[in-house]
Amino acid sequence: MKPEVILHSFGYLARAAGTTIAVSFAGIVFGFLIGAAVCAARVSRRSWLRRLGGTYVSVFRGVPLLVQLLFIYYFLAEYGLDVPAIVAAVGGLALSSAAFQAEILRGALNAVPRGQGEAATALGFGPLDIGRRILLPQALRISVPPLINEFILLLKASSLVSVVGIAELTRVSMNIASQTYRPFEAYVGGGLFYLAINLTLAALGGLAERRLARAGGR
Amino acid sequence: MSLDLFWRYAPSLVSGFAVTIVCWSVGGALGLFLGFAITLMNRLRFPPLNWLLRGFIEIFRGTPFLMQLFLIYAGGPAIGLRLGATTAGIVGLGLYSSAYFAEIFRAGFASVPVGQIEAAASVGMAPFDTLIRVTLPGALIAAVPSIVNMLIVLSKETVVLSIITVPELMYQVQTMAAETFTAFSAIFAMAVFYWLLVETVSRLGARLEARVTGFLAREEAPA
Repeated sequence: MKPEVILHSFGYLARAAGTTIAVSFAGIVFGFLIGAAVCAARVSRRSWLRRLGGTYVSVFRGVPLLVQLLFIYYFLAEYGLDVPAIVAAVGGLALSSAAFQAEILRGALNAVPRGQGEAATALGFGPLDIGRRILLPQALRISVPPLINEFILLLKASSLVSVVGIAELTRVSMNIASQTYRPFEAYVGGGLFYLAINLTLAALGGLAERRLARAGGR
Repeated sequence: MSLDLFWRYAPSLVSGFAVTIVCWSVGGALGLFLGFAITLMNRLRFPPLNWLLRGFIEIFRGTPFLMQLFLIYAGGPAIGLRLGATTAGIVGLGLYSSAYFAEIFRAGFASVPVGQIEAAASVGMAPFDTLIRVTLPGALIAAVPSIVNMLIVLSKETVVLSIITVPELMYQVQTMAAETFTAFSAIFAMAVFYWLLVETVSRLGARLEARVTGFLAREEAPA
């Protein structure tokens, strides 16, 4: 055991942790946009849109992320699209996360009491206004804790994008392992970074949850 | 790309599928066993042990599964742990899922109303009998949906084992793809296959759930 290996490579690991956070954050943001669209389709009045949204969720939740990532990677290559690996990586994370986020958003929409929408209709609100002023603000608030949870899951899943060659935390740990012949120390070091990021996120999630519980209890 | 390519590679694909199933079931069983053991040990209320187990759970839930696999497979020899790829993969699946299963069992135990345990004590049941006959059945039933869900998650994680060269299905498909330059269609077939597998498992899981928890619904009906 040589703990100094971790100290020597601290700078590399820290920079790689930055990449991991950036890739995951991009994945969660694009995933949210796609997920919101999928969620809108799932609660739509048109049955074909509902079925389309349902199929999206079923496929992207059912196929392992590694298979999705490789598929996107090879799909782009098959059609001669020479995009940087980072696009395939973020795209894969976003498409997969969108399925989970769509379900989170749908659950949050369902959690808003039905009576509120009905009351708004009785008061003469149009469907768009009901969505924008009554359902969405509450649903978004309800969905904050599970979305932070999804961010933690995505951050861990982002270790798989090392396979398409992004120099994030897992890939850099692998490089350090092969350069120093100290795989144990290298992976413990990488793992500590993941742990630090995730425990911070979990603490933020707990904070948000308490805040929202207090605000909602008025 | 034609079907006879899959036919030609059928033996390796079938063996890969078998390895996937073995890793999934043995790893899942190991995880369930360890997770249950962790939960029982936590119920002893011995603070140092509780902190240790809390640390174990946080570490295995807070780091990526791939990282854990690398640590066990590549880093293991540094602490005298020499495992073959498949064994390392199964141990990894077991340790990783045990942290989640422990939390599931804990929630299950927490869902058993205290009144039932008090009632058992007041009719003179010994603590062990209370655990076996009252707390455990209630806890397990509450835990079934989450257990099924975690097993589905685990079935998808088996794909990651291919990265440490466990000869499971994904590994065999990638080998086939590399040897025949058919990456696109091979991976596409793989995606369809896993989708069908996961859909089937979730349908079966829902049925199992309905059977195990069905009596709860019936109990509520006459009220």
